[in-house]
Amino acid sequence: MAVEQPLASPVPPSGDQTRIHNIGYRNYDGPRLGRAYARRSLYSQSLRGSYGLGRSAKSKVLPMLLFVVMCVPAAIMVAVAVATKAKDLPVEYTRYAIIMQGVISLYVASQAPQSVSRDLRFKTVPLYFSRPIETADYVRAKYAALASAMFVLTAAPLLVLYIGALLAKLDFADQTKGFAEGLVSVALLSLLFAGIGLVIAAVTPRRGFGIAAVIAVLIISYGAVSTLQAIADAQNNTGAIPWIGLFSPVTLIDGVQTAFLGATSSAPGAVGPGSGQGAVYVLVVLGLIAAAYGLLLRRYKKVGL
Amino acid sequence: MIVIATESLSKRFPRVTALDRLSVDVGPGVTGLVGANGAGKSTLIKILLGLSPATEGRAEVLGLDVATKGAAIRERVGYMPEHDCLPPDVSATEFVVHMARMSGLPPTAARERTADTLRHVGLYEERYRPIGGYSTGMKQRVKLAQALVHDPQLVFLDEPTNGLDPVGRDEMLGLIRRIHTDFGISVLVTSHLLGELERTCDHVVVVDGGKLLRSSSTTDFTQTTTTLAIEVTDSEEHPDGTRAVREALHERGVETQHGTGLPGSGHVLLLTAKGEETYDLVRDVIADLGLGLVRMEQRRHHISEVFRDSDEQHDEQRKEAVGHGG
Repeated sequence: MAVEQPLASPVPPSGDQTRIHNIGYRNYDGPRLGRAYARRSLYSQSLRGSYGLGRSAKSKVLPMLLFVVMCVPAAIMVAVAVATKAKDLPVEYTRYAIIMQGVISLYVASQAPQSVSRDLRFKTVPLYFSRPIETADYVRAKYAALASAMFVLTAAPLLVLYIGALLAKLDFADQTKGFAEGLVSVALLSLLFAGIGLVIAAVTPRRGFGIAAVIAVLIISYGAVSTLQAIADAQNNTGAIPWIGLFSPVTLIDGVQTAFLGATSSAPGAVGPGSGQGAVYVLVVLGLIAAAYGLLLRRYKKVGL
Repeated sequence: MIVIATESLSKRFPRVTALDRLSVDVGPGVTGLVGANGAGKSTLIKILLGLSPATEGRAEVLGLDVATKGAAIRERVGYMPEHDCLPPDVSATEFVVHMARMSGLPPTAARERTADTLRHVGLYEERYRPIGGYSTGMKQRVKLAQALVHDPQLVFLDEPTNGLDPVGRDEMLGLIRRIHTDFGISVLVTSHLLGELERTCDHVVVVDGGKLLRSSSTTDFTQTTTTLAIEVTDSEEHPDGTRAVREALHERGVETQHGTGLPGSGHVLLLTAKGEETYDLVRDVIADLGLGLVRMEQRRHHISEVFRDSDEQHDEQRKEAVGHGG
């Protein structure tokens, strides 16, 4: 073996950097940061993963594309508003997510299974639970990560609108209030959609099934609800419209923001819930979010190891 | 120092009793946990990781009670599951770094420890490629690396040699040995093959049906259980060499059996080696007869045979006694 021998000369050995030491096993006696740190790490890893960061180039395509698709209409609206010197933006902040619900549904359908089905399918879950991290940590990190990713997706176009509105010198107070209301609305929407998406995705280790099931639940429920609402509207039974709206995630968010966030309802005839019904809407939304969390906990209690 | 201690530990499910009043102490070093499928090995590991409460009895790992100190135990212990647990689309480095962070290692330490650990388990350039393209042997190494990356005091290895070819098996066993000798980490390794554990472990615990069958150091075990398989050539003087050896050994008080179920079974003799002198005796007997020794090897036991062994030996002896009598 060509190990460099220190020469017996007064010259200080300068070849130290080139010498190869075969270091054996080294014990680790540095800090161990425990559960909270592991939860944060899992959160940031999952959040980045929701946009394909830290994953293969192929898995970046869809989330990035959807992100662009979400933002382009907002940019166009802003450009139009600035160019035509309009007095107001073409859409309200709260309305934007409702218009773009198809893109949002597609995003949650593609990323919820990505986030949880993989760990189930490749049986990576036991590796987490053989560490200090526990079921609740895992569920919270995954839920928070997907909800945050969806918030980024839905809030970014609102930010584009807001900056555009300020550039177009629209009324500052008015726009800020609308922007804030829009943010609250998309935050609720993100929590609700992420919860529904994760519960469905956590049932199946097959990603394809997960994607199809999430799309089906979101789009079919919206289709059914808006059809029923249209029928009720045609029959002049406007009192029933808000109650029907309780049965799909999109109309739920629409109802909440109509009742409390100054939005105009997108339901047929623009019939939104009053503040009494609005309270029911809020309760249902919060109940669904809590139920999603509870179901995820139960699911992972079972699959752990 | 006791690494693992259980005291009348039981785990009952509605239909099955997975562990039945198991009391065993495990010291530092490499310990084999042997049992047939369904003997309760995985259930025991789950309880020891603090993930599944015992129905009754108590257990301690590294001096920590599994019922109350689960999280503290899991911080100091590594676990390599039996089944596949690796996502195919990330590289070994990325995966192990992530798992190191899940164990609480800060980002820089996680990367350094990952590089070190992957090198120690024998993964080099390939660690940057997606795991999906790895061979079974390489995947097993990644699984082992994620169990070692946080430098635990004890690792649970569940069937680490499953699915490996003989060479891969030997390499894995050598690696397991090194985990203790070079890394200073105690090991609890499960297997249903007693033979491979005999070569690796300091101590072997045998469970069956959730009960402790025996717990002893490997040297005790080897003395009583090593079975030799020998095969000899025929010569003109002894047209049936196998028979000649058999008779010659019988005269010297060594009983042999025909090794049924082995390749060339008609020519293979099995005998129990009591120690070094048995090997010498066999060599001398065959040399005296002027026969060629085709092979003499330690047979790998399947654990179920160990259980049956004592019964069968009684049966054989009875049969032979009857045969001689008639």
